[in-house]
Amino acid sequence: MFDLDLWNEIISALKKNRLRSFMTAFGVFWGIFMLIIMSGAGKALENGVLDGVKAFATNSAFFWTERTSIPYEGFQRGRRWNYENTDIQYILENVKEVEYLSPRLFGNQQAGNNTIRGERTGAFNVYGDYPDYFKIDRWTPVKGRLINEIDILQERKVCNIGERVVEVMFAKDEDPIGQYLKVSGVYFQVVGIIHAETEINIGGGKKEETIIIPFSTMQTTYNYGNVVHFFSVTSKPGTKVSDLEDKLKTILKNRHKVAPDDLQAIGSFNIEKEFLKFSALFLGIQVLTWIVGIGTLLAGVIGVSNIMLVIIKERTQEIGIQRAIGATPAVVIKHIVAESVFLTVMAGYIGLSLGVGVLELLNQILLNANSSGDGMFFRNPEVNLTMALSALGVLVVSGIIAGLIPAKRAVSIKPIDAIRDE
Amino acid sequence: MIRLNNIHKSYEMGSNSLHVLKGIDLNIEQGDFVSIMGSSGSGKSTLLNILGMLDNYDKGTYHLSGNLIANMSEKKAAKYRNDMVGFVFQSFNLISFKNAMENVALPLYYKGVPRKKRNQIAMEYLEKLGLKEWANHMPSEMSGGQKQRVAIARALISQPKIILADEPTGALDTATSYEVMEILKEINASGITVIIVTHEHDIAAMTRQIIRLKDGLIHEIIRNGELKQFQKNYMKELETA
Repeated sequence: MFDLDLWNEIISALKKNRLRSFMTAFGVFWGIFMLIIMSGAGKALENGVLDGVKAFATNSAFFWTERTSIPYEGFQRGRRWNYENTDIQYILENVKEVEYLSPRLFGNQQAGNNTIRGERTGAFNVYGDYPDYFKIDRWTPVKGRLINEIDILQERKVCNIGERVVEVMFAKDEDPIGQYLKVSGVYFQVVGIIHAETEINIGGGKKEETIIIPFSTMQTTYNYGNVVHFFSVTSKPGTKVSDLEDKLKTILKNRHKVAPDDLQAIGSFNIEKEFLKFSALFLGIQVLTWIVGIGTLLAGVIGVSNIMLVIIKERTQEIGIQRAIGATPAVVIKHIVAESVFLTVMAGYIGLSLGVGVLELLNQILLNANSSGDGMFFRNPEVNLTMALSALGVLVVSGIIAGLIPAKRAVSIKPIDAIRDE
Repeated sequence: MIRLNNIHKSYEMGSNSLHVLKGIDLNIEQGDFVSIMGSSGSGKSTLLNILGMLDNYDKGTYHLSGNLIANMSEKKAAKYRNDMVGFVFQSFNLISFKNAMENVALPLYYKGVPRKKRNQIAMEYLEKLGLKEWANHMPSEMSGGQKQRVAIARALISQPKIILADEPTGALDTATSYEVMEILKEINASGITVIIVTHEHDIAAMTRQIIRLKDGLIHEIIRNGELKQFQKNYMKELETA
């Protein structure tokens, strides 16, 4: 099927009409190039923003207590109250929709430098958590291990520390694992250095400055009794976390003699809602990308069609001559279509490669500018290959049609008229 | 060779139609050297285009080498043109972005001759017409006479039975015109039928048969024997003018 002679003819015709070929090719090139850059940039923005939150369980909800606003069952309004350990058991036993549940205690954060090791001191956020918490808000151990169930059961005095804690409390060549930190007056052994996978932070402060100790240890050691400050919950697949959030609020209000219609007493939020906002934002960006992309593509198609029309008009006489000396209409049409397809494919390919190349370059520059890779709102610009290829397909097909219609017209008129056409 | 029987042809010009050929009967034999003369609008170019299958006719019959030429598909017509006929035009009609050799080789491309072979054949024809050194020049770099010789080489390369030339000397000066006519004479001597359209008497006088058209009909046919008389008359016309 490969006709070397045909391609020789086509390439020599294209070479000898450089400007014309270039203009046609440029329309296609630009269409594809812009589409790639735009969709890549849109995707990069999405990646950049979602990267900070994507590791967070989207089906999670969080609860804390506030002062009551309605007097109820003999209690005055403005009462301070807390969740208790019995709530944990009750929920785990009675609410089947709950997947993971992790109670949390907030350590004494207003105390200034709460952590001491030898001559080093630091102010860090101290939390008491269950191991399940790492499944809701993802943390990964950089070194050592995460806090586990046995730590909880035996109320071990161990801790996981964030990267910033390591920097402040240890010298560069020291291995923190197995060392002890004095946190609010009590010594804890470091069992793991942990890295936060998300930017979402519950409780304020920087995530790198976190010390996590077993929940049970914290309750006992710091005399919290059976108080729970905070619940993190995820819903089982198939249950909407918003529904679970409402159900748990009703249960907790009921167990603590809070008025059912007291909207202020329980503070809560769920990530699902926040994610829906994000999703809507990126849907918007995607729609915009598509609208502008299709517009650009359409401009490319119109450009190709336009230039092909001009070319055919310019070539009517040439086509007439070719037919006078023996070219059949099929040969003439084959030439013109092959020419336009060759041009569009080449130009599209170059646009595709160059677009991807520019995105990659941009990515490298961004990575160099921010080597840690954290907190970037523009990252990993990537291209949807299917979209790029189908865009190219559209251009090629339109190139064929753009070549075919005027070519058909050119061969439908009598050759002698074509020759005379000045 | 060529048999025309009562050929009619009219052109639609908007609402009114222009009756160009009003019944042409004509026989041209193999090896003839014919010129078609007539004032402008007499239908001479139309006749040539019909002979060359570039245009169709409305009424009558046209036999070429015994084949009826009528209602042919464009594909078939292209094949006939490629096999039987070589065209030479007043405005040369070379492809501007191809050099002399490529222009000459083009008809062989449509016949499917490989590139190397057809370029080699094209060089032979260019050499015959004394244009070997100009093979790699573009048409824009050549004089009118050279361009017309390239066009003649292109017409000859497919070894046609007939050369049809529409005012082949129309764009050339006298000396170059005579050169071109010498070439056409040589071609005719090799047995190819040559038919030219011209309105120049001196050019027509170099052919062996003159067909004068007037108002879409054949006014007179001047054959071999009478040519001398025609030449004499022509000289007289020149003197009185």
